[in-house]
Amino acid sequence: MENKSVLKDLKDTLTLGMFKQNPTFILFLGMCPALGITTKCVNAIGMGAAVIFVMFFSNIIVSLIRHIVMDEIRIPVFIIIIAALVTILEMGMEMLTPELYDAMKVFIPLIVANCIPLARCEAFAQFNNPFKSALDAIGMGIGFTIGLLCLSFVRELLGLGTVFGVRIIPTAFTIPAFSSSCGAFLTLAICASIAAALVIRNRKRAQLKEEVV
Amino acid sequence: MQLFFIFFAAVFVNNIILTQFLGICSFLGVTNKRSQALGMGAAVIFVIFTSCILSYLMHKYILIPFNVDYLQTILFILIIASLVQFVEIVMKKYSPTLYRAMGIYLPLITTNCAVLGACNNIITKGYNTIWETAIYGIGISLGYALVMFIFSTIREKVDYNPTPMPWKGNPIGLVCAASMALAFFGLGGLV
Repeated sequence: MENKSVLKDLKDTLTLGMFKQNPTFILFLGMCPALGITTKCVNAIGMGAAVIFVMFFSNIIVSLIRHIVMDEIRIPVFIIIIAALVTILEMGMEMLTPELYDAMKVFIPLIVANCIPLARCEAFAQFNNPFKSALDAIGMGIGFTIGLLCLSFVRELLGLGTVFGVRIIPTAFTIPAFSSSCGAFLTLAICASIAAALVIRNRKRAQLKEEVV
Repeated sequence: MQLFFIFFAAVFVNNIILTQFLGICSFLGVTNKRSQALGMGAAVIFVIFTSCILSYLMHKYILIPFNVDYLQTILFILIIASLVQFVEIVMKKYSPTLYRAMGIYLPLITTNCAVLGACNNIITKGYNTIWETAIYGIGISLGYALVMFIFSTIREKVDYNPTPMPWKGNPIGLVCAASMALAFFGLGGLV
């Protein structure tokens, strides 16, 4: 019995960030890359992977040192850890995937100032053990990637007429506005309202269930 | 004339929120009331301006001569974090009312990507003199404050109108932002 509840707890930790608290559509964290780089699906995958990498290690490190760091200076410490990880990532990407690095050059250093890694360090990793923190990082990171993929799918399909570089709509019928900033805000607004509608529906269903019981 | 073009481009054409997508978190989070947006704008003007100049000087006189420019990100975030801390201390001492009004938003400026983005832009755009850097810093931060203020006034009005349930709050705000972005998009070819 005990074992089962522990397993369920771990599963909840993992799936929390994917749907219920999706960082992009529900929490509205990490908006800058979500709008800036989602003109192509490939960029979304790259950015998602980069954020998962940074969050995974920052969460583990923060939860390892959670008893040593004093409360007053915790935010500077977290930021320095994240900044160091981002610098490592930047060097690695420049060497391994120069093309992807060029496309996301502006936004890679900005992962430091991206709210998601810092928010998870602050809200989760400094209170939990390394294993759970790692799971949380993976869950949140995948949720972020799902958000980016939804946005970039719509924007690439309508703006450029392609998905992952494969042409689906002929060039003459594309809507270039979706590649620009206006389309980014509009797509995010529509996706966020769909997410909000789903949350409202689930809440109503739960209420109905309670009333029946 | 050159300086004027830099200024104009920073405020309108390359507006940091609407065309560069930086600082969106605060753009959505702190614009529910006009007074909040103004306070945040004022604090960000100071932080961006100072951190731009400081990071330009640090980059030119420390990182380049010692050939350690891969430390750029870490150094810049350190500058910004300590600057924000400094603003907080000064404000607490000399104007406690404003400090209380700003509350949690002050420390959040550290994780405002508009600040770090502006500092990085100065290096990637290769501004060579301190004047260009200063003008660019003023322009970017004024553009930020301007958009924050306009957006908060729109949101205050939108709040009074009936909206479908799922669109309440941020989604309808994002639609307003989209139309604002369209307006700024029209300035695109000017400089």
